[in-house]
Amino acid sequence: MTGSSRTLVVVSAGLGQPSSTRLLADRLTAAVERHLGDGGLQGRVAIVELRDHAQDLTNHLLTGFPSPKLQAAIDSVLGADGLIAVSPIFSASYSGLFKLFFDVVERDGLAGMPTLIAATGGTARHSLALEHALRPLFAYLNAATVATSVFAAAEDWGTAGVAADGSLVERIDRAAAELGAAMTARQQRMPADPFADPVPFEDLLGSR
Amino acid sequence: MQFGVFSVGDITPDPTTGRTVSEADRIQIMITVALKAEEVGLDVFAAGEHHNPPFITSSPTTMLGFIAAQTSRLLLSTATTLITTNDPVKIAEDYAMLQHLADGRVDLMMGRGNTGPVYPWFGQDIRNGIPLAYEHYALLHRLWREDVVDWEGKLRTPLTGFTSVPRPLDGVPPFVWHGSIRSPEIAEQAAYYGDGFFHNNIFWPSDHVKRMVELYRRRWEHYGHGPADQAIVGLGGHVFMRKNSQDAIREFRPYFDHAPVYGGGPSLEDYMAQTPMTIGSPQQVIDRTLGFREFVGDYQRQLFIADHAGLPLKTVLEQMDILGEDVVPVLRREFAALKPAHVPEAPVHPRVAAARAALEAPAVEPSLEAAVETRAAVETPAAVPA
Repeated sequence: MTGSSRTLVVVSAGLGQPSSTRLLADRLTAAVERHLGDGGLQGRVAIVELRDHAQDLTNHLLTGFPSPKLQAAIDSVLGADGLIAVSPIFSASYSGLFKLFFDVVERDGLAGMPTLIAATGGTARHSLALEHALRPLFAYLNAATVATSVFAAAEDWGTAGVAADGSLVERIDRAAAELGAAMTARQQRMPADPFADPVPFEDLLGSR
Repeated sequence: MQFGVFSVGDITPDPTTGRTVSEADRIQIMITVALKAEEVGLDVFAAGEHHNPPFITSSPTTMLGFIAAQTSRLLLSTATTLITTNDPVKIAEDYAMLQHLADGRVDLMMGRGNTGPVYPWFGQDIRNGIPLAYEHYALLHRLWREDVVDWEGKLRTPLTGFTSVPRPLDGVPPFVWHGSIRSPEIAEQAAYYGDGFFHNNIFWPSDHVKRMVELYRRRWEHYGHGPADQAIVGLGGHVFMRKNSQDAIREFRPYFDHAPVYGGGPSLEDYMAQTPMTIGSPQQVIDRTLGFREFVGDYQRQLFIADHAGLPLKTVLEQMDILGEDVVPVLRREFAALKPAHVPEAPVHPRVAAARAALEAPAVEPSLEAAVETRAAVETPAAVPA
């Protein structure tokens, strides 16, 4: 992170190509970049399409270590200044692929991370899965999830693209403003490297 | 440099036949493998320790004592000894006894164990894994070095006026390795004591193994045990060999695909590319193993996993023949040629060192060459005075 830019990583668990999940992710990304730009900050964006890592995620669960490609994706998330996480809603919750990824991101790796959660589904009846499933997951990970989450039902894509109160466009803008503000305010952090700075043994022995 | 094999003692069905050996047979297989290690000229046999099915190695010192009685040269070790759930007092007693019975041919590798329920089964808590490893080992370290110990910690009942018997053979405690796949705290612990550090070098990519060993070496120097390149490093390894590398892959693939630790995950080819596993010809194994020193430096011990994943005993013994005949002699020569003189060998008990020196000294009957040289020296004046 430098003073004039912020790194935004977008994790999309959409399965189709193209997917409506990715479509929502792209709209959110553009809106966050716009808000960062309004504050004089350049957004540097990286997209993680989980479909591309589906095999490696399973392998990671079974072997305990990531492939180089998956490691790069995990590292990009750990090094981000802000995160957009978007999943389709399956069976009243995030998809299994979405959960797999956040299962293998190291514990505490997302602590304090400004995070925008979003989801897609067939109808608006699934929308509270964001609050019942995604928000608790990111609370467990100690992420700093912004107040507004964004759900896009199939019918939302057929509404007028204007910022009417409560419309998808309005919610995207509100959530993006919140994430942009959180990313702008965030202090640079250095992830702890236990290999570079080991805790002296005497401290470890006496620290229980 | 020491070469050897280790066995975790798993009972796994042979995926090619569906056959599962009995506990009785599996125990005999493990003994056979240990005896074979000495027969084919390997230096070390290390037994795992587990307290749950499908493993049979709950009582390593009983097994190693039995092996000690039937071998004369083999070093007996562990892979690993559970420093967390075993009472360190009992470890001190058991392995000192084994050391006496084996005339010093004993060292140990400490490990924490990663099977959650084993901790509560032994009255411990897995969340205390690192503190248990630290506190228990700190006590064990004293029990082997002080005749009478007063001790109080947080995780075990205190001791007053305790003497662990038998005392270590000739007053020299068994050498200790600390094994860990991913915990820098254990590399730190090994460095602090000036003990050995072992990485299993099987389950993780080599760049991770490299980071762990580098940390250990750096901290070894920090704690004043000498230059980093004199730290004592051991590695595991997983190999399977046939003369033709494609035959090795074809034969081993079903075992890989069904092994409890590998199966259902990446392909054998991906796994070999991402980890140090080598399935191929003896020459490929030699080349890959020699390559280990490029990421961990000159090291002292190389162990290969032997019997596991349901491989038939016949196959395991064939693998050990290949190791003993085609691989290890070349590795010994090549590693020795590459190793700078100031890099030490792994410490062994003085009795082991003495026995080895006696073996390497000129035989009782002088060899033909020596006899010829001696005769030449007697018969020909070395130099004609000017």
